[in-house]
Amino acid sequence: MSFWDYLSDRRDLLLFLSYQHLSMVVQCLIAATVIAVVVASLIYRNSKLVGLAAASSAVGLTLPSLALLAVLVAIMGIGVWPSVVTLAFYAFLVILRNAVVGLAGVDATLVDSARGMGMSRLSILSRVEIPMAWPVIMGGIRVSAQMIMGVGAIAAYVGGPGLGGEIFSGLSRIGGANALNSAIAGALGIAVLALLLDLALVGVSRLTTSRGIRV
Amino acid sequence: MSTTTGASETVDQETALELRTAQAHGTSWLGWLVQPTVIVAMLVGVVIYVQTANLGTVEARALSLDSVRRLTVQHIQVSFMAAALVVVIAVPVGILLTRSFAKPGTPFVIAFANAGQAIPSIGLLVLLALWWKTGFWTAVLALTIYGILPSLRNTIVGLQQVDQRLVEAGRGMGMSAVRVLGRVELPLAVPVILTGVRVSLVLIVGTAALATFVGAGGLGGLVVTGINLGRGNVLIVGAVLIAALALLIDWLGRVVEEIARPKGL
Repeated sequence: MSFWDYLSDRRDLLLFLSYQHLSMVVQCLIAATVIAVVVASLIYRNSKLVGLAAASSAVGLTLPSLALLAVLVAIMGIGVWPSVVTLAFYAFLVILRNAVVGLAGVDATLVDSARGMGMSRLSILSRVEIPMAWPVIMGGIRVSAQMIMGVGAIAAYVGGPGLGGEIFSGLSRIGGANALNSAIAGALGIAVLALLLDLALVGVSRLTTSRGIRV
Repeated sequence: MSTTTGASETVDQETALELRTAQAHGTSWLGWLVQPTVIVAMLVGVVIYVQTANLGTVEARALSLDSVRRLTVQHIQVSFMAAALVVVIAVPVGILLTRSFAKPGTPFVIAFANAGQAIPSIGLLVLLALWWKTGFWTAVLALTIYGILPSLRNTIVGLQQVDQRLVEAGRGMGMSAVRVLGRVELPLAVPVILTGVRVSLVLIVGTAALATFVGAGGLGGLVVTGINLGRGNVLIVGAVLIAALALLIDWLGRVVEEIARPKGL
């Protein structure tokens, strides 16, 4: 069976798996972004905590995904949850690092003039500092999106949803019919999803960046 | 076009953030000791756990000193072979891409390498195993392809950020282009390049946990055994050992970066 026959033969299943994969990644990204921006907003004014966040993000990102997945499986059992927590964890670390660096890098004179205009602490954060740091935060979201697309593939080994299952089913049928087709469909499918999501995020980044600092 | 520039923007930003977090990491002597302490604690915890836990025959065999030592050696061999290939390929290619005749092509190569990174690591491994064969060299090849981007990127960025006036001063002193490269540009770019190589190496060591899926062994084998046989303790020992190895390599990389930084920088 040629690769194209394989694709048209299983179109519905593959489309469903792609949707599942994308949906898992996007949901984890949203959750991670919200948590990371909140945490970063709480700590960015304390330089010790900023250093700690940067260091723990660097160390956390060296943890191999298979190791983290395995530990979570031991705690939570096989299924969707270890995958979701793992994906959100990596995305959180990347976005947190960018958010902290972005917020700490906002020009202090801008914050001063906002305070001089009588803005409250909270409105300075939400109307000056986060918009100024937003391009850096979006950079983190894009990097983590690509990263957790690939982690999502590994998560299929412990019962995670999505296209990773196609890769592992290709591996388990090595030498058999359609083994290669199924692995290609999984790997290429994830690569295509990653590129499409990146394009979409470039668009989101343009639309959500404050007009004054748009390049 | 917008995606190409977007990609290289993120690339520069990534490198800058890596460097900044790297600097934030090791400022004091105490800061340097945190990571080894964590690693030692993890290893001691594993040893105590294995010694005291009531292990069945399956677990005892999987976690015997011989088996763990063999898997660790396999893991390190696969990783270091891939990392060596990454350095041998990425640094010369990065140097070539920063020469003036090749400059127009650089954004395309980076965009291409970035897009290649979108293929998941496990997909690359499995595809190579199906196309070619299973075993050591398949894992090495896949890890080399997967780990090359950070080294390539940092070699290019490191060389690009060298002050052009210094290069011109070197040429003005009568140094040849090759000599300027060797005596001025590369020494100034070394810290950035080394950071890239460390990031590549850590990425490779972590991804080498998947080598077991294509028959190349490594510590991932413990995790897979644990999952397949439903033995949580084997799985956790494997996970902790993989994480400890990745952290150890990361720390050693930072130490080397600190030592190898040319004096005067």
